[in-house]
Amino acid sequence: MESKFMKGCEAIAEAAIRSGCRFFAGYPITPQNEIPEYLSRALPKVGGVFVQGESEVASINMVYGAGGAGTMAMTSSSSPGVSLKLEGVSNLAAARIPAVMVNVMRAGPGMGTIQPAQSDYYLMSKAPGHGGFRTITLAPATLQEAVDLTYEAFELAFRDRMPVIVAPDGFIAAIMEPVDLPDYRDPPETPAWAVAGCEGRDHINVLLNGGLNEEDQLAKNRIAEELYEKWDREDVRVETYKVEDAEYVFAAFGLAARICKSCVDELREEGIKAGLIRPITISPFPYAAFAALEDNVVKYVIDVEMSIPAQMVNDVRLGMKDRFPVAQVNTAGGLILDSEDVIAKVHELVKGV
Amino acid sequence: MELVYKKPEAINANPFPYCPGCMHGTVTKLIAEVIDEFGLREKTIVVLPVGCGTLGVLLWNMDNICSAHGRAPAVATGIKRTHPEKFVFTYQGDGDLGAIGFSEIMYAANRGEKISVIFVNNSIYGMTGGQMAPTTLVGQRATTCQDGRDPEREGYPLKIAELIAQLTTPVYVARFAVNTPQNVRAAKEGIKKAFQNQMDGLGFSLVEILSNCPTNWGVSPMATLDFIKDQTMKEFPLGVFRDKTEEAADEK
Repeated sequence: MESKFMKGCEAIAEAAIRSGCRFFAGYPITPQNEIPEYLSRALPKVGGVFVQGESEVASINMVYGAGGAGTMAMTSSSSPGVSLKLEGVSNLAAARIPAVMVNVMRAGPGMGTIQPAQSDYYLMSKAPGHGGFRTITLAPATLQEAVDLTYEAFELAFRDRMPVIVAPDGFIAAIMEPVDLPDYRDPPETPAWAVAGCEGRDHINVLLNGGLNEEDQLAKNRIAEELYEKWDREDVRVETYKVEDAEYVFAAFGLAARICKSCVDELREEGIKAGLIRPITISPFPYAAFAALEDNVVKYVIDVEMSIPAQMVNDVRLGMKDRFPVAQVNTAGGLILDSEDVIAKVHELVKGV
Repeated sequence: MELVYKKPEAINANPFPYCPGCMHGTVTKLIAEVIDEFGLREKTIVVLPVGCGTLGVLLWNMDNICSAHGRAPAVATGIKRTHPEKFVFTYQGDGDLGAIGFSEIMYAANRGEKISVIFVNNSIYGMTGGQMAPTTLVGQRATTCQDGRDPEREGYPLKIAELIAQLTTPVYVARFAVNTPQNVRAAKEGIKKAFQNQMDGLGFSLVEILSNCPTNWGVSPMATLDFIKDQTMKEFPLGVFRDKTEEAADEK
């Protein structure tokens, strides 16, 4: 363990290397450029490969090749660039190739702005590509968590042979915070399934991004479904903060959750019983944490997002089965959530009850 | 009894998946023979395209990976860069390489990826049923230009080998055809050269091979051979457009 004061993007990049990542391909886009810049310097020093792709599409497909050959591989981008990468993410999921994609989210839609937002919630949690598949999508709220989750994302990717998404917003990628960096670990040996030449094997390996026929495709879909259901059972991560007796429960992830957490403390000092449910995996979503909210205790659930329209709110409603009224605080355009707006909303609700 | 001829080990015993008269089989066999002759099978990764060439998954007896449409050169980049000691080639058609994957091929060539590209140009989208390709000849009919390709409307055929030979980086760029026994033999020599370059670590090589599509041209297999000679080769002359093998070897 090593402690350092680091910028978000650089800490994420360093965590990737420490986790065993030895291939990166990416295309410039703000606000994540420090990830490829850092890796262009750092990867060659550990025997890794950095390639600046000619496009997001090419970059994710380079990752598809490197991952298919058994190397821990990563790409990073930001919202508009991620749209372009999704073809590749779908193919990674289809061919069951492990990889990590970091999406430093900015405001949208379209070109949007280059400032922080949580605009890709649906895209990152529901359908990060065509054809019907899912990913584990990790949404850090602090730089330390971004480091830890990036480090772990490679393990998850290799465990399941699937793409894993780390989705910080632009704020977390841009801040400087002290972080404890995990230890370096050796990259894995070339796995038995990798396409790296059949020498020493009595069979060839084939990585196919589709079905040989309808039955084969159906069988692949069924196998994938089992994996997704296992995630729902075993891989959900959530932080609950002072929820036990809370009457006003915030639902927020990433930076919005970090802001809400401080609001919980502030409101509690005023005597208002506030709490927070923070999904860490926005996929699989922690529905159970919302289902566990108690009927006679909770007065309001306040969904707080840096996205207009709000996106996560639909999962929140589903989780709590529409048992409580929902209030909304949200912002967009790259404007950071103001804690005063959050506090004011709760005051308004308290008065109105 | 003495064995004088056998199927290359680099292809398997599956039934031939291509249409009757299609010369993908010829090109596949030439590659497989070269792989066998160079003893490369166990260190090779074949990068498949989307298109008729995807059917190679049923034929290649070597590790292989199927790319998204047009992305094979990017996929090959990821493999070769992380396994420089392995042998990596892409097998791509003209829609895959010349249209949707034009960016990927140009940049892989310009970066000088140490891979070999086999580009099978039959002037049509085969797998999707005969649409106009970037290499469809002027006046040649396709399902999306049913009165024939009109340069006023669709521009002229894209000359991939010549375009790539404009770049400074590539080591070997050449065009062959497989319409006559002589041309087939020459194509095999071209493939050998491209593969040798990779084995020597010299850089990027592309071999374009003019082929046919009896099904979608609506021409009998025998007549496609004359079509290639009389029409395709007029637009796409055979030849070596770049060969700096010796220069690259000297630099190395």
